[in-house]
Amino acid sequence: MIAILDYGSGNLRSAERAFATSGHEVLVTSDARIAREADGLVVPGVGAFAACMKGLNAIDGASIINSRVKNERPTLGICIGMQILFAAGAEHSQTQPHLGVGIWPGTVSELSSPLLPHMGWNTVEPPTASLLFSGISNESFYFVHSFAAKTPVGEMQTWTTYGERFLSAVEDGYMSATQFHPEKSGDVGLALIKNWSKSL
Amino acid sequence: MTLSIRIIPCLDVTDGRVVKGVNFTNLIDAGDPVELAALYYAEGADELTFLDISASSAGRETTLEIVRRTAEQSFIPLTVGGGVRSVDDVNRLLRAGADKISINTSAIARPELIAEIADRFGSQVLVLSVDARRARTESGFEVTTHGGREGTDIDALAWVEKACALGVGEILLNSMDADGTRAGYDIGMITAVRAVSKVPLIASGGAGALEDFAAALNAGADALLAASVFHFGSHRIRDVKSYLASQNYSVRTVQVL
Repeated sequence: MIAILDYGSGNLRSAERAFATSGHEVLVTSDARIAREADGLVVPGVGAFAACMKGLNAIDGASIINSRVKNERPTLGICIGMQILFAAGAEHSQTQPHLGVGIWPGTVSELSSPLLPHMGWNTVEPPTASLLFSGISNESFYFVHSFAAKTPVGEMQTWTTYGERFLSAVEDGYMSATQFHPEKSGDVGLALIKNWSKSL
Repeated sequence: MTLSIRIIPCLDVTDGRVVKGVNFTNLIDAGDPVELAALYYAEGADELTFLDISASSAGRETTLEIVRRTAEQSFIPLTVGGGVRSVDDVNRLLRAGADKISINTSAIARPELIAEIADRFGSQVLVLSVDARRARTESGFEVTTHGGREGTDIDALAWVEKACALGVGEILLNSMDADGTRAGYDIGMITAVRAVSKVPLIASGGAGALEDFAAALNAGADALLAASVFHFGSHRIRDVKSYLASQNYSVRTVQVL
């Protein structure tokens, strides 16, 4: 069963539908026990870093994610759900970054680009050993964000360029994340979801 | 490697059917919204937009159901606009499966609604729909409401600047002068708004010939919205993309299975 973590962020219905195409049962939940023990956990997220962390903290989300890492259970962060896995986010607070969950080091910061948000379909450069992008080449994914992580973390990094290079995906053992929205990236996005679901 | 331009079919929906007119009048039936959405998804639309032009609350309920059914089978971003007046309206549409919401009249009546929605859901969910026409305002472009039927005396460029400052994530610029004419996008208007918009710009109104799409991109549009040319079969989405690719624009192509 795949649990989609409901902490008040975004439209979970489209994520629910997209992950259901993998053939797994999907449950949108804020129940900590279910989220800890599900075969796979999806941490979605749209909006602002601080607002997402506030919502996440309200359901003790950091301890859910940390316990999954410890128990080697697959977890996938999407968009802001990727960003909050880092140590800090500088969104709307250039001087004093907001604290993140801290699975990975570093601060998520604003993209250096003339036009923000980075909105639309862009290409990715995955490593050849990538599991998420297995069988997917020369395809675009749907991005909507203004902030991103720019220094390498985890075992495998996928990069995208918009104004500057940033991390568009990370694969780090049982913890994965995408800056783009696979649930909104058409059939290619569904293929990536299927790839991830094979690890469950 | 670069960000692709976006082709966005627009479905004007009333009481459960897609309709399209010229300059927002003389509406004719253009099909079932869920079926059309699925067709456009399969053909490589980069996003979908529903504009609810229903006059009744029953019509709005029907649109919520259409959004739900569309979100179950079309895995690309879905924008819904029309009749959105409050944070609660936005929440209802997002929960039904919309990814972005467009607002127009309600933001003109109460600009702080922009900040309220952006604070709650983030700027990325909020598209400001600007229905503009030529008039004697400072820039020569005026904002209209009620589908272009009523003027506001508000200058369109000043309004775009203000809305960017309040936190919209995108501008959907619809030329009332060009809407439904298929005589070409409004290049003068796109150029003027591009110069003041700090966020991505979607051009709308007037798409006809393939060359029109390239002209709008050349004027600074980041995405192109069209209705009539797709509904009535003058161009397929993939034809527009092939043409734009031949003009060296970056487009996203999908495998046709």
